[in-house]
Amino acid sequence: MTNHWIDIKNSDCILIMGSNAAENHPVSFKYVTKAMEKGASLISVDPRFTRTSSKADIYAPLRSGTDIAFLGGMIKYILDNNLYNKEYTAEYTNASFIVNKDYHFKEGLFSGYQKGEGGTDLGKYDKSKWAFEMDENGVPKKDKSLEHPRCVFRLLKDHFERYTLETVSKITGTSKEDLLRVYKTYSATGTAGQAGTIMYAMGWTQHTVGTQNIRTMAIIQLLLGNMGVAGGGVNALRGESNVQGSTDHCLLWHIWPGYLKTPRASNNSLDAYNKKWTPQSSDPLSANWWQNYPKYSVSMLKSFFGDKADASNQFGYNWLPKVDDDKVYSWFDIFDEMYKENIKGFFAWGQNPACSGSNASKVREAMANLDWMVNVNLFDNETGSFWKGPDMDPSQIKTEVFMLPASAFVEKEGSITNSGRWMQWRYQGPKPLGNSRPDGEIIMELGERLKNQYMNGGVFPEPIVNLKWDYHTNGVYDPHKVAKEINGYFTKNVTVNGKSFKKGTLVPSFANLQDDGSTSSGNWLYCNSYTENGNMAARRSKKDAPNKIGLYPEFAWCWPVNRRIIYNRASVDPKGQPWDKKQWVIRFAGKEEGGKWTSKKWEGDVPDGGWYPLENPDGTRRDDSKHPFIMRKHGFAQIFGPGRADGPFPEHYEPLECPIDENYLNDQKVNPTAAVYSSKADSWASCDPRYPFVGTTYRVSEHWQTGLMTRPQPWLMEMQPQMFVEMSEELAELRGINNGERVKVSSARASLEATAIVTKRFKPFNIGDGVVHQVGIPWHYGWRWPESGKEESANLLTPPSGDPNTRIPETKAFMVNVEKL
Amino acid sequence: MKLTRRRFMQVSGAAAAGLAAANLGFDVTKARAHTQMLKTKYAKETTSICCYCAVGCGLLVHTSKKGDGRVMNVEGDPDHVINRGTLCSKGSAVTQLVENENRLTTPMYRAPYSKEWQQVSWDWALNLIAVRAKNTRDKTFTRKNDKGQVVNRTTQIASVGSAALDNEECWIYQALMRSLGLTYIEHQARI
Repeated sequence: MTNHWIDIKNSDCILIMGSNAAENHPVSFKYVTKAMEKGASLISVDPRFTRTSSKADIYAPLRSGTDIAFLGGMIKYILDNNLYNKEYTAEYTNASFIVNKDYHFKEGLFSGYQKGEGGTDLGKYDKSKWAFEMDENGVPKKDKSLEHPRCVFRLLKDHFERYTLETVSKITGTSKEDLLRVYKTYSATGTAGQAGTIMYAMGWTQHTVGTQNIRTMAIIQLLLGNMGVAGGGVNALRGESNVQGSTDHCLLWHIWPGYLKTPRASNNSLDAYNKKWTPQSSDPLSANWWQNYPKYSVSMLKSFFGDKADASNQFGYNWLPKVDDDKVYSWFDIFDEMYKENIKGFFAWGQNPACSGSNASKVREAMANLDWMVNVNLFDNETGSFWKGPDMDPSQIKTEVFMLPASAFVEKEGSITNSGRWMQWRYQGPKPLGNSRPDGEIIMELGERLKNQYMNGGVFPEPIVNLKWDYHTNGVYDPHKVAKEINGYFTKNVTVNGKSFKKGTLVPSFANLQDDGSTSSGNWLYCNSYTENGNMAARRSKKDAPNKIGLYPEFAWCWPVNRRIIYNRASVDPKGQPWDKKQWVIRFAGKEEGGKWTSKKWEGDVPDGGWYPLENPDGTRRDDSKHPFIMRKHGFAQIFGPGRADGPFPEHYEPLECPIDENYLNDQKVNPTAAVYSSKADSWASCDPRYPFVGTTYRVSEHWQTGLMTRPQPWLMEMQPQMFVEMSEELAELRGINNGERVKVSSARASLEATAIVTKRFKPFNIGDGVVHQVGIPWHYGWRWPESGKEESANLLTPPSGDPNTRIPETKAFMVNVEKL
Repeated sequence: MKLTRRRFMQVSGAAAAGLAAANLGFDVTKARAHTQMLKTKYAKETTSICCYCAVGCGLLVHTSKKGDGRVMNVEGDPDHVINRGTLCSKGSAVTQLVENENRLTTPMYRAPYSKEWQQVSWDWALNLIAVRAKNTRDKTFTRKNDKGQVVNRTTQIASVGSAALDNEECWIYQALMRSLGLTYIEHQARI
C-alpha cells in the first residue's frame, strides 16, 4: 500500500476492484465504513456480487480478465471530459515527456516486437523503441502544455481512443449505464481536494496482464491527482500477515533485501554490478534516490559477511550466487525444472505448494522426482505428505522427507510488516508446544550444522564459513540481534554530514549509510527501525500527528523512515501547499520574504525529502528543489512505462484460456509476451466447447490461503466445511443442477468435486453477440483435511500461464466445465 | 473463560459483541467483570499481531501462569490503533490454532519408498538435512556458466517460503539460502 489501512477513512471515493475486502480483509472495512459515514461513495466491481458489493453504492459486474478494458474506458472518459488534474499531470507525471519517433502501436503490438520461436516462447519486445527524446544535457524533453503530438499525454489519448463504451461493454459484459456510473463517480475525485482510492488484491495480479491491470489504475490515479494524498494512493491488500516483510527481505529469486537486484552473470565485479544498477540522471532537479544504490549494496554485504567482507574481496560480492542474464528462476520455473528432474533438494518452509501452486497436479508430480525435501510447518500438509496423496504409490516414490514442527506465532518473539508497511513487534506468550521450535531457531541450528561441515572442507566453502551467524544470546536465537543487523551498525568511528558516530552503534537512518564498508545494514529500507533510541516497531503511542488524519506516527514503525504515506511530496502543489487544505498530509511552513521562501520547514508526515518546494510563493522556480517522485530516475511518475515487458501503455488482451475467439480491441488475442509453460503436464484449452464456462478462484473469511492454518480447526471447518462452486440460476438450469448437489468441475488440467451453490450473486454476461457464464471456486481446500479427502484444491484446475513481468499465475481467469456427478 | 462454539458464533458473526450479549436476555456485566479479573490474576498478558491477513490487527494473548502454561484466551487488543479490539472470524479463532491437537509436535521422517512417518529427534533430523544439503550442493555446484562467467551457484536445490515467518527469520533464512548458492528462492509473494 502506498497509504495504509486507517487512511482509507480519509477517502471521498473508494473503488474496490480485484479484491473483496469485506470478506478477506474484514477489519479494513471499518475504515471503508468510516469514510462512507462522512459521505464517501463505495464502488464494487467484481464478477460476483460479493459481501463488499452488498455494502456498495454502485455495483458493476465484469467478466474475469477484462479489467484493462474496463479501466481503459475510464481513462478515455477522464480525458474526453477534461476531468484530470492539469497541474498535477503536467508537473508531477511524465505526461509532458516527448517519446521517440520509433514508438508506435499497431494491430495490437507495440513497436519492437520480436515474435518467438513458438511453443512457450510467444515473443518479446525490444524496449529501446520506447525511449524518450533527450535534450543536449541528457534530460528528457518536455512540453508542459501537453500539446506536442508525441508527448505522453497525446499518445495516451490516442491509445485509449478505441476504448469506447460500446466496445468496453462488449468485452466486459458490464452494461454501458453501469460503466458510466462508475466512471462519473470515480472521476469526480480529479477535483483538487477530493481523494479517490483503490483497494485491490489478487483479483488484479493473477492474470497474464496482472502488472498492466495495476498500471492502468495507477495511470487513473495520476491523472486524477490521487497519488500521495490522504485517502488516495494505489493500495494492494496483501493476504499474508508478513508477505510485505518477506517481500521486503526478498525471499524471491530476482531481488536482494531492500529491492536491490540479484546480480546477473554479466555483472562480473562489485563495481560492474553497482554501475549497472545505479541509475544516472543529468537533471539537477531529480533526487534520483537510487543513486545511493552502492551504499545499500555494500552495507548489505557487510551484514552478510561482517568483518570478513572488505574492499580487498569486494565485500564478498563473488561469494553470492549470480543468475544468468536472460533466464528466469520463478516459482513456475522451480516446478517446471523439478518436473524435468533437474532439482534434487527442496525446502518448503512455511508454505504448501501442493495446494497453492497453479496447476497443482504438476507440482505434486514434480515432488516425486526429488531426492529430499524439508517441510517445516505447524501441521502435516499436502506438501510434506504428497507421497501418500491421491494417485500416489509410496512404494514407487524415492523422495526422503523431513517434516519439522514449527512453533506458532504467539510462542515466539519478532516482528511482522503489515500491508500498510507497518513493522509491528510481537511478544512471546506460551512456550513452544511439545517439541516444536520457532522457525528462527531451526534456521540458526541448520546454519550452525552447515558451517561446521564446511569448516572441514567442501566445494567453495567461503560463503558458508564466512556468513555472519552470531544471532544467539546464551545459545538461543535472539530476534533483537537480527532486527539490529537489519537496521545496521557503524562498523568504524565515522563522521557523516558533520556528525560523528561511534563504531558499534546503530545507524539512525539510511541517509547515513556508506559504500566504503563503514556501515552495515541487512536491508536499507528498514534502517531507522531499531536505533539507539530503541525498537521502533514496539512503540504503542496513540497520539496522532498534527494533521489529525490517523497517521499515528509513534505507533509501531513503517518504512521508509516512518513515512506513513509515500509519494507525499505530490500531495502539495508546486508551492508546497496541500491540494486538500482540510486533510493535508504535509505542508511547507518555511519563512517567506519578498515572495521567496527563506527557510526550510515541513509539517505533518515525514516528507519524501525535505527540500524546498519547486516554486516560491511568487511563482518563480527554485533550483534547490526536487521533483516529487524521488524513486524515479527523472523524478516523475510514469504514465508511460517503458520498463515493462509487455508495453509502455496497458492494452486489453484476453486470458490464455478465454470464451471468445476475438479480441474486440486489437488483432492479438492474448498477451503476446505472456509466460506459458508446455511440459506434458501443462495442457490448456481456449474457446473449447469441452470447457465452456469462465472460472475464477477466491477466498472466504473463515479460511486462509490453502487452508492449512484453518482446516485443522473445528470451529472454522464447521462454518465453511466443503469445497463449493458458485453459479448462476441460469447456468444451474442449463446443466440441471440443484443447489447443494455435488458436482464435477473440470478444466484441461484436472477435475474435482464441489458442492453447487446456485445463487443470484452470479449472472450470465452478454459478451459480444453471445452469453457467457462464469463460476467461482474457493482455493482453501486439500485432501489432508477434512479427513474425507474429497475436498480438493482449486489449483488442480488453474492454468500454466502467467504475467510476463512477474510470472504470477493466471489463476483468476480460466475455462472450466461443470456437470452433475 | 472457555469459549463455547455457540458463543463464538455470536461474537464473531455480523452482530457486534454488545448486541450478542443483549440477546442473552440477562445482565452479563457482572459475569464479564469477573472473567476479566480471572484473566489478569491467573494469566500472563502479552500483545501480538494476528497471523492471518495483512491488516495487522493487534491481539491480547492470555497465557496461564499455572498448570500447563498454555493459551487460555486470545482477543482483539482494544489499544491497537488499527483494529481497536475487533477481529474477524479467523482472528477470533486463534486460540484454536495454537491449542490444536492436530499440530505437529515432534520431527518426523519418511524414508525413500516408505509408507509411513517415523518420529525422530531434532539432532538426528537437522544433522541429516545438513548432510543432504551439502552433498547435493557439492555435487551440483557451478563455478562458471556456459559462457565462462563466474556464477557460484547451485540450481539443483530450491526453496519456497515464507510469508508466515517473522521479518528477522526471513532475513536469516534468505542469508542462509543465498550463502548456499541457491538461485531458486521464491515464496507466497510470487503466487
